[in-house]
Amino acid sequence: MILSLKQGGLRHVNGVDALRGVDLQIGVGEQVAIIGPSGAGKSSLLNLLATALRPSSGEIQVLGERAWHLSARQRQRLRARIGLVHQAPPLPPRQRVITAVLAGKLGQWSLGKSLLNLLHPLDVAGARAALARLDLGEKLFAHCQQLSGGQLQRVGIARVLYQAPEILLADEPVSAMDPVMAGHTLSILSRHAREHNVTLVASLHAVDLALSHFPRIIGLRDGQILFDSPADQVSPEMLDALYANEKLQSPTAAVAPLTVQIPRC
Amino acid sequence: MLKADSRDPAAWPRLLLTLLAIALLWPGVQLSELNLGVLLPDSQNEMGRFVAQFWPPAHDQAFLQLLLKATLQTLAIATAGMALALLLAIPAGLLASRALSLSAASHGGVPSRLGRLLRWPVRGLLIFLRSVPEIVWALLFVRAVGLGPAAGVLAIAITYSGMLGKVYAEIFESTDQRPAHALLQAGSGRLAAFAYGTLPNVASELLSYTVYRWECAIRASVVMGFVGAGGLGQQIDLSIRMFAGGEVASILLCFLVLVLAADQLSRLLRWRLT
Repeated sequence: MILSLKQGGLRHVNGVDALRGVDLQIGVGEQVAIIGPSGAGKSSLLNLLATALRPSSGEIQVLGERAWHLSARQRQRLRARIGLVHQAPPLPPRQRVITAVLAGKLGQWSLGKSLLNLLHPLDVAGARAALARLDLGEKLFAHCQQLSGGQLQRVGIARVLYQAPEILLADEPVSAMDPVMAGHTLSILSRHAREHNVTLVASLHAVDLALSHFPRIIGLRDGQILFDSPADQVSPEMLDALYANEKLQSPTAAVAPLTVQIPRC
Repeated sequence: MLKADSRDPAAWPRLLLTLLAIALLWPGVQLSELNLGVLLPDSQNEMGRFVAQFWPPAHDQAFLQLLLKATLQTLAIATAGMALALLLAIPAGLLASRALSLSAASHGGVPSRLGRLLRWPVRGLLIFLRSVPEIVWALLFVRAVGLGPAAGVLAIAITYSGMLGKVYAEIFESTDQRPAHALLQAGSGRLAAFAYGTLPNVASELLSYTVYRWECAIRASVVMGFVGAGGLGQQIDLSIRMFAGGEVASILLCFLVLVLAADQLSRLLRWRLT
């Protein structure tokens, strides 16, 4: 198992329980989608798996290492082998796209090389190739503040592709893209994962995208796993239970046959 | 009718507040022994005659050469002092802020308790460095290393490293921490994460504050000239003692040009960075 979480719990600094008793095993080369309503803990789970956040309880093992029993230096080396795509990629507005993409390899580069790269990009071809796969090659020398939300998400993905991690985690990577671009981007991610034997875990709020691109689906609700099953076995009842929201239902909905809106992009 | 139109309900309170302000200000003027009469040039007093000599500013060849040398010396004191101050301020600012904290990246921006504890000695050092005014340091160094620009350089280096370090640390913390945290969470080293995640956001602010401080250092080096630390200050002190109004005017014009140049430099650099 390349990713294993046992009874994982996460309590935020403000005291809110984001995850409670999550058990999860993911093997090498698997492609998994995490779906669930807003606030279910999808981002928290991905941050735990990326070793970005420390679980408040439970045990996490990534790439065969118990991440939080390592020294800080060893953990940074482990983190360099994990890539996390952020929903809103945190990129400085005045940074150039090429620098933002090349920053993916900071974990593998020495400090001297990193600082030199800041003065003059050392691998223009590599960054151009990563961006070209996402159809963004012409934005290589643009500033991040000149890009739209969807383009920024693609820059974030290009950074992780350039990082070439062994585990690729993506937190709603296509939420700001139009449906065609979203499908295209997801197929690029899953093709990259297949070709390089990379484990891919993505959270998505578009259920149809998850079902069509990922063989394994995990339903997350209130910080707990509701179901974990192959995509072809996910039934509408399971999705209804996952997205059921008592608070949002209008009073007449109790009389009418229960229909639950499944959010799409 | 006319009376009703010109009547303003706020008039009385405003008048009363004005009278109250004057009533409070008057004892202050009396206590500070301020008498604006001495400033009038036509009255037969020292100040009047001295100010009358301001025109025309001194511009003979020998004095201009002296002035140029003093100006360059002032610039050199300010620049050398700032360079020394930066050597201490940049590492101290990084250590005193949370910008390099690895633990903050995985604890929602809150650094570990040990990290917070270790930041206090650095903050204490910065407070100590800037708590003594540069003029006091200059007096001490004039005693220690003798009259001359070296005392001014050391005084500026010490005080300004404290100020720069404190403000740098605050600038580092005031910006969005997420880019740097994301890089730390992807395995990057602390300094690399700072250079890629934080620096692009703060560069123009750092630069304009540094140039402003350099401008302040020019002024400070002038003041320290009065206690014998060289440069324009020493020159103006001599000119005042010799009641050479024209020379004082030339030196004051020189200050104006220096500050103007610093301002333009700051604008140019900021424009280049944004």
